[in-house]
Amino acid sequence: MIEQLIPILATTLAAATPLVFAGLGELVTEKSGVINLGVEGMMLVGAIAGFAAALHWGVAGGIVAGAVAGALAALPFCFLTLSLGTNQPATGLALTIFGIGLSAFIGQFYVSQSLPGLQPYAIPLLSSIPLLGPVFFEQSAVVYLSYLAFGLVAWMLARTRWGLILRAVGESPEAAHAIGYHVIGIRYAATCFGGAMAGIAGAYLSTVYTPLWVQNMTAGRGWIAVALVVFATWKPARLMLGAYLFGGMTILQLHAQGFGVDLPSQLLAAVPYVATILVLVLISRDRKVLLLNLPASLGKPYISGG
Amino acid sequence: MSVPLSPPEIPPRLALWHVTKRYPGVVANDDVSLAVMPGEIHAVLGENGAGKSTLMKIIYGAVQADEGHLVWNGQEVRIANPAAARHLGIGMVFQHFQLFDTLTVVENIALALEGRFDLKTLALQVRAVSEKYGLPLDPQRLVHSLSVGERQRVEIVRCLLQNPQLLILDEPTSVLTPQAVRKLFDTLRQLASEGVSILYISHKLDEIRELCDRATVMRGGKVTGETDPRQESAASLARMMIGRELPVCSAPPYHGERRPVLQVQGLNFRNEDPFCASLFDVNLSVNAGEVVGIAGISGNGQAELLAALSGEQVSRPDAVLIEGAPVGHLHAGQRRNRGLAFVPEERLGRGAVPAMTLAQNYLLTAHRQPSLRRHGLISRTRAREFAARCIERFDVRCNGVLAAARSLSGGNLQKFIVGREVMQEPKVMIVAQPTWGVDVGASAFLRQTLLDIARSGVAVLVISEELEELFEICDRIGVLAGGRLSEPVPREETDAEQIGLLMAGTQQQAA
Amino acid sequence: MQILEPRGNPSQLMRWLAPPLAIMLTLLAAAAIFALLGKSPLQAFYVFFIEPLEYANGWSELLLKASPLILIAQGLALGFRARVYNIGAEGQFLLGAICASGVAIYTDGMTGWWILPAMVLAGAIGGGLWGALPAWLKTHYNAEETLTTLMLGYVASYLLSWLVGGPWRDPAGTNFPQSILFSEPAMFAPVFEGLRLNSSVFITALAVPLFWLFVSKSFMAYQLAVGGEAPAAARYAGFSARRTVWVSLIVSGVTAGIAGAAEAAGPVGQLTLSLSPGYGFAAIIVAWVGRLHPVGIVLSGLLLALIYIGGEAAQVSMQLPSAISWLFQGMLLFFLLGADAFVDFRLKRRPLKLWLKDRAKEQEA
Repeated sequence: MIEQLIPILATTLAAATPLVFAGLGELVTEKSGVINLGVEGMMLVGAIAGFAAALHWGVAGGIVAGAVAGALAALPFCFLTLSLGTNQPATGLALTIFGIGLSAFIGQFYVSQSLPGLQPYAIPLLSSIPLLGPVFFEQSAVVYLSYLAFGLVAWMLARTRWGLILRAVGESPEAAHAIGYHVIGIRYAATCFGGAMAGIAGAYLSTVYTPLWVQNMTAGRGWIAVALVVFATWKPARLMLGAYLFGGMTILQLHAQGFGVDLPSQLLAAVPYVATILVLVLISRDRKVLLLNLPASLGKPYISGG
Repeated sequence: MSVPLSPPEIPPRLALWHVTKRYPGVVANDDVSLAVMPGEIHAVLGENGAGKSTLMKIIYGAVQADEGHLVWNGQEVRIANPAAARHLGIGMVFQHFQLFDTLTVVENIALALEGRFDLKTLALQVRAVSEKYGLPLDPQRLVHSLSVGERQRVEIVRCLLQNPQLLILDEPTSVLTPQAVRKLFDTLRQLASEGVSILYISHKLDEIRELCDRATVMRGGKVTGETDPRQESAASLARMMIGRELPVCSAPPYHGERRPVLQVQGLNFRNEDPFCASLFDVNLSVNAGEVVGIAGISGNGQAELLAALSGEQVSRPDAVLIEGAPVGHLHAGQRRNRGLAFVPEERLGRGAVPAMTLAQNYLLTAHRQPSLRRHGLISRTRAREFAARCIERFDVRCNGVLAAARSLSGGNLQKFIVGREVMQEPKVMIVAQPTWGVDVGASAFLRQTLLDIARSGVAVLVISEELEELFEICDRIGVLAGGRLSEPVPREETDAEQIGLLMAGTQQQAA
Repeated sequence: MQILEPRGNPSQLMRWLAPPLAIMLTLLAAAAIFALLGKSPLQAFYVFFIEPLEYANGWSELLLKASPLILIAQGLALGFRARVYNIGAEGQFLLGAICASGVAIYTDGMTGWWILPAMVLAGAIGGGLWGALPAWLKTHYNAEETLTTLMLGYVASYLLSWLVGGPWRDPAGTNFPQSILFSEPAMFAPVFEGLRLNSSVFITALAVPLFWLFVSKSFMAYQLAVGGEAPAAARYAGFSARRTVWVSLIVSGVTAGIAGAAEAAGPVGQLTLSLSPGYGFAAIIVAWVGRLHPVGIVLSGLLLALIYIGGEAAQVSMQLPSAISWLFQGMLLFFLLGADAFVDFRLKRRPLKLWLKDRAKEQEA
């Protein structure tokens, strides 16, 4: 039984990786007090940019291109919400619509092409740990990159001055400004970081996970990532947990028949979305938990008086 | 203008020359000059809206002057931002504390400091400085669990750790009990004796006369005088500050029936929000014809009590009674139908919708008049008429009924909101911080309005941080501290000292 | 670097100038894109905006597409005023289509005037329920409606794909995922012989004045607006925040559901996978560009419909990818939001010279 589970768990991790990247990015963005609902759009832009670049420079080039494209896609959002103080949910939505359009527009030229993908690489020693080894350490290099991203984000938020500044700006931009921080600049950086991570998530989808370009291939993962940040109550470790749970759900639907679940595949495909709603309900019903963790200025436009 | 700057002497720590700052529609600072010497405690005195805050923001680099020069220890400087001000050695203690509630004391302080990021060493330094200046603090506590006085200490210690040469304090005593004010003054005198210059912003005449060596008086953005406050009387300072005598309110006796209109019985409220206070067994009765005041520092349950009284937070039915009928379970709108009116402390965003016109804002609570709303439809024409009447009757200075609420000054908006509520002909009127940020003239008008409607038979409850205000208009005064309300006592039987002890006593219990 | 400062009073001029300004900027950006693709911008504009309107058929198509957009956007705008962000109108649209189609499929072969009204009613109920669900989740569990409405949109699309692929698949048809073609009593009649424009356009025509009356006169709409502008003021006045959420989401669900029913019983004539060309999302843009105002929404609905038709025409005659209309929609919303900022703010008047001096000083330091 356990032997059967290992490949399922390993594919779960691979399926969860885009959520890890996009979720960690959005988490950092939201910690600075900005809610960017454009994750889906930035992922798509990253996906097409990554795919196009990977045709020439391989997967590594694709991932880098995805990150750059994602960060660039976040820029108009930054300018509007941070420099002009526009409504963040509406602007994020515009970014998503723009991203869908831009990626489909560019993607038109790449529809019938495909990439070789990326072979898993078993890390010596670590991969020979029973059970955990084959699940966690026989993955593609990009999955390892996601571990690293998690470690860096968690360490930065908890241990460094940067993390403290980010939390401060997210809680009270007025106070941060008053004691001399460049609130807008910090928020630009955090939002572009979120864009870069979303771009990597997209590039991973189009170059590693399913190495080809399909219009709208993110299929709502960007939105799930936004929901995961709430579920995680803005804590990186819980975000990882949530992402892997959701990865598991997308994989399970493929194996449902094998487990004797007799439901039409279309309805099983809807399970992750229903689960997202349930998870949101579970975490939001306790206002106290949210209040304790929510970056207090989240979503509120900040225009300094001077 | 006499700025003491003669070459052989030591240069002033900071001198401002002909500083001007304009905002859309107002000149906040008009050709302002002043000088602060090393070790001097220098007051900047002026009423709300005189331009003190803008001037301090210019010195602290949060705002840039349009014209004029800043001279720091004899050198002309441009202070582009707060970080630059800190580099020079300027520290600022804000009136509205600039602290982060979810971070600890030491994290808050670390954010303002440069150099190695080492919270452990810093915590030791915080302890050392706080002990030296009599400002006890626990570096590991979360800021939201601190009392207001403790938060101010965090702000002061944060400045002191940067070894400032000039410390600016903006209305530092508005949140302190009279006893705590004395302690703060001791700290400030100690600092001054070590050579630190202090700019002390205030509108409280007695404090300035007690503490400061020199005072620069401002009115309408201009400097109207510079003097040694110890040589002046309160009346002479007031004349410089507002250009005329301080207005006083008249409280005629009430001859009507003294029946209780608003009663609170055993009101308890456990707050879910970790950043807010709770209420414990609050009892209160306000009679027709009287003004009852509740003193205390915000954050001790004031917001919660107001929500429970207004109906924004419901409770058990007999916890709140209006004319003997239980209303504790009723919502805000239903309580208004029973004759309750409420003026909240936040005028923009709660008492009025900032982007809406005054006519639309008039509807906010007045829509229950049948002439304004019929069959689910509203009459805009009637709303405009009523709003115009309110503007006229309560002397609201604005660009007519179609002006956006946010375009009004604090005092005028408050007059509009109070006027709107008075025009609903309430039986009970609850007012929070009636004159916060309001100039002296409008304050006097508002206080007189409250006295007048009380004497017309309305039960008036005022919640305020300003003790002088409460002593001016209230018949009885109680104190809300740590979520507990003391029995209101007649004004003649108490004084500021006693009220201050009540404010502090419970606070120490809670801490 | 912040470049804006607040205005004392919101600028009425900018409020009405913002949409045309945004449209002009979008056109400029579009011209640049066409030029980059090596197409003549003038020719492209001709194909996009003039050619479709040269024939009666073009006008018919324009109204056919504008009608659902306007109807959905009227409902959405109501919620947006209250800052209740229903971004799942697409799902409510699909649910409306599904419910209406259910009626059509189970009454197939019957005749009677009541079939079509029953379909519209079913569509309204389906869309309304799909909107009520997030309202319930928001009021009882505090779950963000942005995310729940959107997620329900995906659920609706999988529900649709299951129905047309399984229980409701046309048994006589090939294996295509689509239902039977509706019979005549289950279809909106064409308004003009030979054109696709159908009588469902009158539903929209009726809805516009009703929404106008509601928004400008009703106390309910005033409460919604206060709730959106200043939630604390709404609590202070005793307006129920829950009712705001319920009303916003149910009304927008109902309008989207009716639009979905009209689409199935109109130009499509059956339930298919590709029922909606993204009306639910486009309607969001229609609502914003129309200033959330019932009459403005009519104008912006016509504009977005033109972009749709133009996109299709450009695909055929200029080999431009049809995704270009999504791109334009996104840009339009970006520019509009940007222009909107100048209603409440204005550029800082601080002399540039001073700013440059600061920069120079900072660099020295």
